[in-house]
Amino acid sequence: MLDRREFVARLLADRGDLLVVTGLGTATFDVAACGDHPLNFYLWSAMGSTAAVGLGLALARPDRRVAVITGDGDLLMGLGTLATIGVKQPANLSIVVLDNGHYAATGMQASHTAAGIDLARTAEACRFAHVASVDALAGAAETRKLLYGADGPNFILARVASTRQPRIIPSRDGHAIKQRFLQASGAQPL
Amino acid sequence: MAEPPAPSAPAAAWPDRIHAVFRRNDVAQVGYVPDTGHARLISLCQQDNEIVDVVLASEAEGPGLVLGAALGGRRAALLMQSSGVGNCVNTFSLLRNCGIACVILVTMRGEFDDFNPWQVPMGSITEQTLKLAGFLTYRVEHEEDVEEIVAAGCNMAFGGNLQVAILLAQRMVDRHTGHH
Repeated sequence: MLDRREFVARLLADRGDLLVVTGLGTATFDVAACGDHPLNFYLWSAMGSTAAVGLGLALARPDRRVAVITGDGDLLMGLGTLATIGVKQPANLSIVVLDNGHYAATGMQASHTAAGIDLARTAEACRFAHVASVDALAGAAETRKLLYGADGPNFILARVASTRQPRIIPSRDGHAIKQRFLQASGAQPL
Repeated sequence: MAEPPAPSAPAAAWPDRIHAVFRRNDVAQVGYVPDTGHARLISLCQQDNEIVDVVLASEAEGPGLVLGAALGGRRAALLMQSSGVGNCVNTFSLLRNCGIACVILVTMRGEFDDFNPWQVPMGSITEQTLKLAGFLTYRVEHEEDVEEIVAAGCNMAFGGNLQVAILLAQRMVDRHTGHH
């Protein structure tokens, strides 16, 4: 199975002006392990909300590509948001789920996906324009095509190994990472 | 002889006034779950090319949507019933953690002649719940107050990156929607 750190590093290499929102826990550590970046926005609360944040951002910035990088537990907690995204059909939004079938942050308890619940088929049913399931590093190239070019909404289910990784902890100051993100992304002041 | 004053047109009803306040405040995204009380305001937002309307599967998605909009430099508001406030308790944390301006219009249930008594437990703790979650709260009891209060709420929220909830009394909402 896929090494999550290496997979995410391949996705974010030469990322240009891609906007990235990460789900709290291990997905944030994976993205931070690629190097902190002002166009990263890390969530540290409200599990289940990452896809909704990506949707709000994608609708507010139709001129930019937005990638949500999160885990299966986070997506399961806000599964209805896949349907909400399917209704709005944001062409610039991609969701990457690093599915290890476990809740890594709380002690590796099994998640629903370990019992065969297929989030990629859920995304298909929610009218995502492109849905890919990836279980080898070779799939990073296809994933990059979706993230950086394809009209979405796009959904990539990456089946990653559940091996533990060192925690790489970026800033937990929500005000600071918001200001940094706004400045780096050139958003109009509110 | 002077013409008698024209009866107030339906177009001047409170949902229209709230929509006008949204426009004056450059509200660009409105998230909602379908609701009888908010039906006209939702329809006005859907028809407005300057507002992106987002129908949510659960109100719990709303604070995330508002945060995302803010990260894109856009102002957002949420429309929900009092029951929806309960669905958001944990996701509200995003707004305080990041200092995100948010205006929520809440149609109250379970407080005045509600046919469904199961609305009472959540309706009776809605305002306290919002306060505990860090919101400034205002109540609109009378239609003639709606524009002033919603405008003040928008000024407070967008002027200081605060979270503001405006509770629309069930007595007023139900009169408007014909439940009385």
